[in-house]
Amino acid sequence: MRRKLVVLGGGTAGTMVVNKLYKKLDKRDWSITVIDRDNKHLYQPGLLLLPFGVYTPEELVKDKDRFFPKGVEYRRTGVDHVDPENNRIFLEDGQVVEYDQLVIATGTTPRPDQTPGMDDPAVWRKSIFDFYTFEGSVALKEALDNFTGGRLVIHISEMPIKCPVAPLEFAFLADAYFTERKMREKVEITYVTPLEGAFTKPVCSRQLSYMLTDRHISLEPDFVIEHIDPESKVMISMDEREIPFDLLVTVPVNMGADFIGRSGLGDDLNYVPVSKETFLSKKYENIFALGDASDIPASKAGSVAHFAVDLFAENFMQHIHGRHMTHNFDGHANCFIESGNGKGLLIDFNYQVEPLSGMFPIPIVGPFPLLKESRLNHMGKLAFRWIYWNLLLKARWIPIPSLMSMKGKRQVEIKKGVEVNASN
Amino acid sequence: MPVIRIAEKPVNVNEEGFMTQYDEWNEEIAKELAAQIEIPLTEEHWKIIKFLREDFKVQGETATSRRVQTVGGVPVKEQFALFPKKPAKKMAYIAGLPKPKGCV
Repeated sequence: MRRKLVVLGGGTAGTMVVNKLYKKLDKRDWSITVIDRDNKHLYQPGLLLLPFGVYTPEELVKDKDRFFPKGVEYRRTGVDHVDPENNRIFLEDGQVVEYDQLVIATGTTPRPDQTPGMDDPAVWRKSIFDFYTFEGSVALKEALDNFTGGRLVIHISEMPIKCPVAPLEFAFLADAYFTERKMREKVEITYVTPLEGAFTKPVCSRQLSYMLTDRHISLEPDFVIEHIDPESKVMISMDEREIPFDLLVTVPVNMGADFIGRSGLGDDLNYVPVSKETFLSKKYENIFALGDASDIPASKAGSVAHFAVDLFAENFMQHIHGRHMTHNFDGHANCFIESGNGKGLLIDFNYQVEPLSGMFPIPIVGPFPLLKESRLNHMGKLAFRWIYWNLLLKARWIPIPSLMSMKGKRQVEIKKGVEVNASN
Repeated sequence: MPVIRIAEKPVNVNEEGFMTQYDEWNEEIAKELAAQIEIPLTEEHWKIIKFLREDFKVQGETATSRRVQTVGGVPVKEQFALFPKKPAKKMAYIAGLPKPKGCV
C-alpha cells in the first residue's frame, strides 16, 4: 500500500508543496492528492496594482491544475471537516479521503462580515472596497476611475492581515494616481491602522516616516474599529473616535478557512497553531500548515511561503523517515514595496532581525537598495510576476536564500538613551 | 540594549523602554511601569496583566487584543477603558512583554 500525502489548498503554498515533494518522494511509496474547490490560481501581488491599471484582470489568473505535476491527483471540491484523530477528511461532495500526512495550505480570507456594518449591501463594494480578492480589486478599479474627489480612507481592521505593507503601498499608489490625474488636491487621503503607527519597527520608523508626510497622507493610529455606520459613512472605533469617508479601502479582518475551526484545528482566527520553525502542528504528528494558513508570527506573504516550503520539503523527508527535523525556518521575508511614480523599496527581514538599510545582493541583476526608494526595486516587483508563474510555483531554483543573510545590511546603531514611548 | 533600574532592580529594556527579558519582571516593576504611563492598577488591570504573562509563557507571543477578549475574557472596549488610547501597547509595556508590531 502506498502512503498518502494530502494537500488542502492549491494556492501559492500548496502548489509549491506538491511540486517540491513530487520531486523528492518515491512514487512507489507515496501518492499525492491536492484538494481545492476552485481551479483559479490568482497572482495575488497583482491585486494591489490592478486598481491602478497596471494589470488587466486576465493577466492575474491561470488554471491551478496546470501547475500540478502530472502524477498528482487533483480533486475539485471543498473540505467540510477533518477528523484528525482518525486521519480522515470529509469533503463537501460527500466523499471521505484518508491520509497518512496532511498539509493544510488553505490560506487566509478577508471577512467583512466580522465588522458590523462593513458588508451592508448599501455600501459594500459601492463605497467600501477590499482589494485582496479578485472581485474586490476589479470593483475598486472602477470606483477609483469614477472618483471625483473627497475623503479616501485606507484602513486595516485588525492584525494579522495578508501582506501587511499592501495597505501602505495602496496609499502611496493612490497619491501618485490622483496626482497624475491632476486632482490630488481634491482628494484627502487618510491612513488608519490599529497599530501605533504606519511604521512600528525602529529603523523603518526613523527612515520611512517622511513617506507619509511628503505625500500629505494623514495618519490615524491606534484605531480599533467597532462598527461602520453605512448611512452616514462613518467608521467608529472602540474608543468612540469617528472617521467619515467617501471611499473606504479597507482590509477586513482576515481569517483562516472555516473548516479549520469546525475540525478543532484552529485558533480564534482559524489559523493552525504550528511550530514556527518546522510548521508541524502543535497537536498532531502528521499535520503541517504552510503559507497563510498557519499561526507563525511572520508576514502572511508569498515570499515567506516560498522560503518556508523550501525548508519544509527537507524537513518532511526527515519526518517521514522518523528522523528529527533539522531545517529550522527563521521567519525570512523579502518584499518589494511600491511607493508610486515608478519607484519601490525592498525589505528583507526575519523573526529576529527588523528590516535594515543597505544593499541586497542578487546574482546577475543585483544588488538592490534596501529600505530606499528606487526604480530598480519597482522593476523587481514587475519582473516578479514572470518569476512567480515560471519559476516559483514550479519550485525551480531562485537565487535568494531561504534563510535570511546579513550580507549587505547596515547594522542598527543602538541608542544609549532610553525613551519611554508607551504613553505618547 | 540598555539596562536601567526599575523598582531597585537592573532591568534590560529596548530603545523604547520595553522589557526584553521575561524573567526579570515582577509585580513591583509592573507597578512602577504603570505609574510612569499614569495607569492606576486596579484588580481589573491585574487580571489582564496576569493573563498576558501566563499566555506568553505558553505561546511565546504577546496576546492580541482579540485574544485578551476571547481567551482572557476582557472585551476590547473594556481594554480601551482600562488602558486608554493604546491598550495593546500599554498592556504589553506593563506586563514586560514585546509590543504588537507590523512588518515595517
